[in-house]
Amino acid sequence: MSDTKIPQGGYAARQPGHHPVALYPPYRTSVKRSPQAAPLSFPTSIGEESGPVFGHDLLGPLDADLLHNFAQDGASAIGPRIIVHGKVRDQFDRPVSGALIEVWQANAGGRYRHKKEGYIAPLDPNFGGCGRTITREDGSYEFRTVLPGPYPWPNGPNDWRPAHIHFSLFGAGFAQRLITQMYFEGDPLIWRCPIVGSIGDKSAVERLIAPLDMNRTVPMDARAYEFNIILRGRRQTMFENRMEGL
Amino acid sequence: MSDLPETASQTAGPYVHIGCTPNFAGITGVYDEDLGAQMITGDVSGERITLTGQIFDGTSTPLRDAMVEAWQADAGGLYAGQDGADPHFTGFGRCACDQDSGAFTFETVKPGATPWPQGGMQAPHITLWIVARGINLGLHTRVYFPGDPALETDPVLGRIEHRVRVQTLIAEAEKDGVYRFNIHLQDPEETVFFDV
Ligand SMILES: [Fe+3]
Repeated sequence: MSDTKIPQGGYAARQPGHHPVALYPPYRTSVKRSPQAAPLSFPTSIGEESGPVFGHDLLGPLDADLLHNFAQDGASAIGPRIIVHGKVRDQFDRPVSGALIEVWQANAGGRYRHKKEGYIAPLDPNFGGCGRTITREDGSYEFRTVLPGPYPWPNGPNDWRPAHIHFSLFGAGFAQRLITQMYFEGDPLIWRCPIVGSIGDKSAVERLIAPLDMNRTVPMDARAYEFNIILRGRRQTMFENRMEGL
Repeated sequence: MSDLPETASQTAGPYVHIGCTPNFAGITGVYDEDLGAQMITGDVSGERITLTGQIFDGTSTPLRDAMVEAWQADAGGLYAGQDGADPHFTGFGRCACDQDSGAFTFETVKPGATPWPQGGMQAPHITLWIVARGINLGLHTRVYFPGDPALETDPVLGRIEHRVRVQTLIAEAEKDGVYRFNIHLQDPEETVFFDV
């Protein structure tokens, strides 16, 4: 795409209205872990505009296949099989290629493979719960996994997380670093969840909910969900002083 | 121009280690090693240092479930990927806090000064990014080094209105080559975090 030839300036400021608030008392842990001062902004410099580059040689053949990357030979994880796919773009609609995406999730029963996990649902011996991939030239990516189960967590007296997959993204610059969660269309727990509720803007929540994508469904194998991600983008150089010299 | 809306952040939660440092979390055999485990990969130039610290919540309890990432220039002030950058230095570290003490530790080199886009130089610093359960949007901060005359003219430090808070970004020299940088999420010693 020709956009890469445009001299790039600093990253546009974050759009706070699309993000959760730091302090959201219904999410109890945020009460003592939320900074109270407003974050200080400054125009991005080389340290924010660069970031670690991860090449495809990082990836093993099963890294994006959570059905098999922890499974015994010939086995696969238990649960509804799904494909999760989408595109990573920046806010100016340019594809973000070469972005490392790392995912983690509970198994189909809602249980994480973690020593601090307190839910009684059983582990799946063939499911580890982590995967990673790198976006293609057009920003696209794809994982194979199982549909994670909802799970209870110690917050309110009876809080259950909606089914979700955690996503970590490295764009081209450290300023784009993002961790988020993808939810699934039609889950009634989404709108009851205090972690989701920390995002004040309903449309920002809706963009975290992946719709069922029948076009990518594989007959007799897997359903598909589409999750597109928008990261911050860099303004063109000619706008830089005007935008940031405020 | 009408911007597309940025995807909302969500907390990394208590199980971030499964995805980001699975070997640390006991999930072995999927990735050969955890990403960012080594910042120095060979005969690196510059002064080797250890950067360590803890992250304290509003009750002064250290977080034991956080993950910290570091991104910095090499000793010559160049970031990995720039022409002439040290080939034995990745500039990127990722650390799961110790599950008992909450300490994070990076074995790295002291960075060089880096340019500021509007001219002049920035004092040597390491960028840290902190995620954990209860943190809804990852926190960016910077570690600067004590006794550096360049601190006086650093353009980012110069933006801090309450000058007393500048101290929250300056590491403490503990002993030879060891710098301690404690992070406080809330008052009264709340670390300066950046909207970058
Ligand atoms: Fe989770």
